[in-house]
Amino acid sequence: MTGFIRGATAIVSATTHGLGEAPGFTAMELAAGASVKALATIGLKPRDVDAIFVALPEDPMSGLGLAEYLGVQTKLTDNNRTGGSSFETHAIHAALALEAGACDVALIAYGSNQRSAAGKLITSLRPNPYEWRYRLPRPVGSYALAATRYLHCYGVTRDALAEVAIAARRWAQLNPDAFMREELTREGYYKARMVADPLSVRDCCLVTDGAAAIVMTRAHRARDLAARPVYLLGGAAATEHRDIAQMPDLTVTAAVHSGARAFAQAGVRPGDFDVVELYDAFTINVLLFLEDLGFCKKGEAADFVAGGRIAPGGKLAVNTNGGGLSCTHPGMYGLFTIVEAVEQLTGRAGARQVANARLALAHGNGGEFSSQATLVLGSAETL
Amino acid sequence: MPSLHPEQEYFAHLAQGRFMLQRSASTGGYVFYPRVAEPGTGATDLEWVEASGRGVVYACTVVHQRPPAPDYNVVLVELAEGPRLISRVDGVAPADVKIGMRVRARILQESEGPLLVFVPDAP
Repeated sequence: MTGFIRGATAIVSATTHGLGEAPGFTAMELAAGASVKALATIGLKPRDVDAIFVALPEDPMSGLGLAEYLGVQTKLTDNNRTGGSSFETHAIHAALALEAGACDVALIAYGSNQRSAAGKLITSLRPNPYEWRYRLPRPVGSYALAATRYLHCYGVTRDALAEVAIAARRWAQLNPDAFMREELTREGYYKARMVADPLSVRDCCLVTDGAAAIVMTRAHRARDLAARPVYLLGGAAATEHRDIAQMPDLTVTAAVHSGARAFAQAGVRPGDFDVVELYDAFTINVLLFLEDLGFCKKGEAADFVAGGRIAPGGKLAVNTNGGGLSCTHPGMYGLFTIVEAVEQLTGRAGARQVANARLALAHGNGGEFSSQATLVLGSAETL
Repeated sequence: MPSLHPEQEYFAHLAQGRFMLQRSASTGGYVFYPRVAEPGTGATDLEWVEASGRGVVYACTVVHQRPPAPDYNVVLVELAEGPRLISRVDGVAPADVKIGMRVRARILQESEGPLLVFVPDAP
């Protein structure tokens, strides 16, 4: 028993809002702006919502705040925070609650003004009494430790990380909403300022403002609200640690578990996907997730991405909006993987549209490879 | 000697110059960071035992700062007893810290409190 009913629920609206720089707005204003935009697209008002899922960067009770701000009386309020993967877990919980009849219209929202307000990544990571004095910059230093271990174990060089960064930039060049669109060459990649070996600024996600919102209903109602609902075919999460020192193997993430369970629920295999949206907080993430989700074997991601194979026109369309590396990363990126998957499955992705996209993967990562959450999304043809 | 206040007692030992780990009397498993129960088994019969101090660099990074602030290393050490912990390797240039390097624990007594670091082990 998988505990998840394939295609029982659907995303009926998905939008971004205030991407890039949105000076003068609070995180709540951006999240609420995205919410009303997503609702209006399908003719709903805030008072039609009865379940709210949200995690704002610096507001642990943002579920209460967003309900109040929008004027929603909720039956279900979920502030679940598993870092950047929070929003994939929200979608899983929303699907289960909708299917059980605990709610009828679920709103999942996020917003952050961290580029304009703070100018740096706002992180929920707290000082660790056993670790803080060694001055590991978090989260980048933790991902750097995983990267050095991975490069060491599998004889991989920074060329593989460069492929990921350059592919993301080439997708971003097709996306008018992406924050960094100027060409990134291999020379440009290698000239970038080193932050924590082997990760330079070009291996790190952007710090932008931005917001996003999606609306979910049961599948039956979805067909009345949206021309092209995007069905949730599978969704699974796995958490195994918080801080990198407690990660069982720095070269293997819990995406092995979340992916396998989500794919079993959906009845799909890695080779079935048309579009793959992976949480690329750092370039190393893409290599590990491609392996852990089964697109290639452990240690083979460098070959899998080589020669532009995940760039536009390549073998597999990965991070088609430009990802957290080149499109947007307002602190937590998980919801943006879902929105881009919906854009692709509804045929609204413009110049970056993947032809006949029917099946998409949206994968969230939180903390320091701590939380993994995988969604399998499909168009009506996949039901 | 059972551990009743894991975090407090760990740092008290360190202040007295002793690097101690917890070990479960029933399972034999070593635990770091110190806890009230062994992860997974939930065993609460955790006792303090002196660490061998031996370990191997499992992962490492060099953190780059804006000049003139110097680069520095941060490592994940795998202790001979099994657990891993974040620390640094002293006595060697940051870029010369390598995965697989054998290291030995040292306790520095600093104004901010005791600090566990590692130095390259004699071959």
